[in-house]
Amino acid sequence: MTSTRFIITVIGIDKIGIVASITKVMADYNVNIVDISQTIMEDLFTMIMLAGVDSENFDLAAFQKAMVGIGEELGVEVRVQHEDAFRFMHRI
Amino acid sequence: MLIHPEEILETIHMIKAENFDIRTVTMGINLRDCCHSDIDVLNKNIYNKITGYAKELVRTTEEVQNLYGIPITNKRIAVTPIAIVAESCDTEDYVSIAKTLDRAADDVGIDFIGGFSALVHKGMTPGDLKLINSIPQALANTKKVCSSVNVATTKAGINMDAVAMMGNIVKKTAEATKDADGIGCAKLVIFANAPEDNPFMAGAFHGIGEPDCVINVGVSGPGVVNSTVRELKDPDLGEISEAIKKTAFKITRMGEMVGREVSRRLNVDFGVLDLSLAPTPEIGDSVAAILEAMGLETCGTHGTTAALALLNDAVKKGGSMASSYVGGLSGAFIPVSEDAGMIRAVELGALSLEKLEAMTSVCSVGLDMIAIPGDTSAATISAIIADEMAIGMINKKTTAVRLIPAPGKKVGDSVEFGGLLGRAPVMKVSEFSSEEFIARGGRIPAPIQALTN
Repeated sequence: MTSTRFIITVIGIDKIGIVASITKVMADYNVNIVDISQTIMEDLFTMIMLAGVDSENFDLAAFQKAMVGIGEELGVEVRVQHEDAFRFMHRI
Repeated sequence: MLIHPEEILETIHMIKAENFDIRTVTMGINLRDCCHSDIDVLNKNIYNKITGYAKELVRTTEEVQNLYGIPITNKRIAVTPIAIVAESCDTEDYVSIAKTLDRAADDVGIDFIGGFSALVHKGMTPGDLKLINSIPQALANTKKVCSSVNVATTKAGINMDAVAMMGNIVKKTAEATKDADGIGCAKLVIFANAPEDNPFMAGAFHGIGEPDCVINVGVSGPGVVNSTVRELKDPDLGEISEAIKKTAFKITRMGEMVGREVSRRLNVDFGVLDLSLAPTPEIGDSVAAILEAMGLETCGTHGTTAALALLNDAVKKGGSMASSYVGGLSGAFIPVSEDAGMIRAVELGALSLEKLEAMTSVCSVGLDMIAIPGDTSAATISAIIADEMAIGMINKKTTAVRLIPAPGKKVGDSVEFGGLLGRAPVMKVSEFSSEEFIARGGRIPAPIQALTN
């Protein structure tokens, strides 16, 4: 649990400016994109990012709040989850 | 990306659409060092010990929930059986201790506190007796306190004096909480072979072989298993078992991760992970629905016991590889009021008390959250308890009874508890008497462990 990488998922109806708006918030919080993938699944825009955080004093709660907030403005669901949540479930 | 996008979306789908949750993070706290002959000092010691250890429990659990984005539905505390803690106390009545537990639970912000309990499988001490007699008022005067009494084990047999007494206590508890349809009984469990580290309520207590403080985690997920089984295309039963094992593994891993992180942050030992399929009233988050997904027209028909045996075993197999320490109850729960599919099966006339009893011989726990007519006699309730205890004793497993003799209600009526406790249709019990059998008292001896036919 030493990793400070997060999986960010954005799911919703596609529209112009989703990526720009989301990544702007990430930049504001000094969150770096390590990897990014984007598809349309069952008519839903689905973006998955692996994001890294350097700062020891990173305020996860504030960042999550900002990301959920921008998601609500855009009409998409945004989740920020520690990558271990997925690693533990899918890797032995 | 090390993790495949499909895997990420699978996890998110489990949480979003299939009601996957960590049902509870339960902190076990030893209260043996709180003993005192003065009840006021004892209450003060108990309050201070609980609030000392648990003051950060809720905040820490919520931080971990946000870190991983997995809902943790309940935070709970289990304490040393109060009959032990209060034994040396110079008082006749333990209700004030229940109120102290309730106040401590409120002040640290948890959902339930368990351990207003006694272990009387072979006999009763004066403290056990006082505790049992205090149960109706303790549950009527508190909101979050849960009570349990262990009346049987495979090694000691069944204490039928205690069974007879508990029939009366269940009735009195229903009466004392009759304004709320006997909800006190939803917080009272009678056990055979009670586990010492179970994080689920109402039966959680902190066993005497446990450390001073410990974190146990309960994971749920009938909705996830239900979807998994339904997605299979024309599977045979071996394939269903395999799919359930894999799903159980995945959901258990999440519990293990959460438990370890919470215990690391609180600097408290991690005890066990309890993987139990605990249904909620949400549609689809149902153990009955899983059994029906295997091909039964409705839960309760012939074949239900076999399907449940398959499910319970597959859950244990998948879960035991996913966690270093699996414990508690670990299996499938079949509470009636908390499972929309079970309620439907009862209302259809497909599921009876007798069938539920048979089902408990192959799954976790027992006759759970079942409403019966309010005029059911104490002897009949004791006899239902005795039957269930016998199943646990002979099969070397935990069984439990949580019955609600709903005051003023008859078969066909329904009792509404709300929240996770759900809604219970009142079920029929036998009209024939067990009075004489229960009145005999004494002990049913421990069973022979060989000649297992």
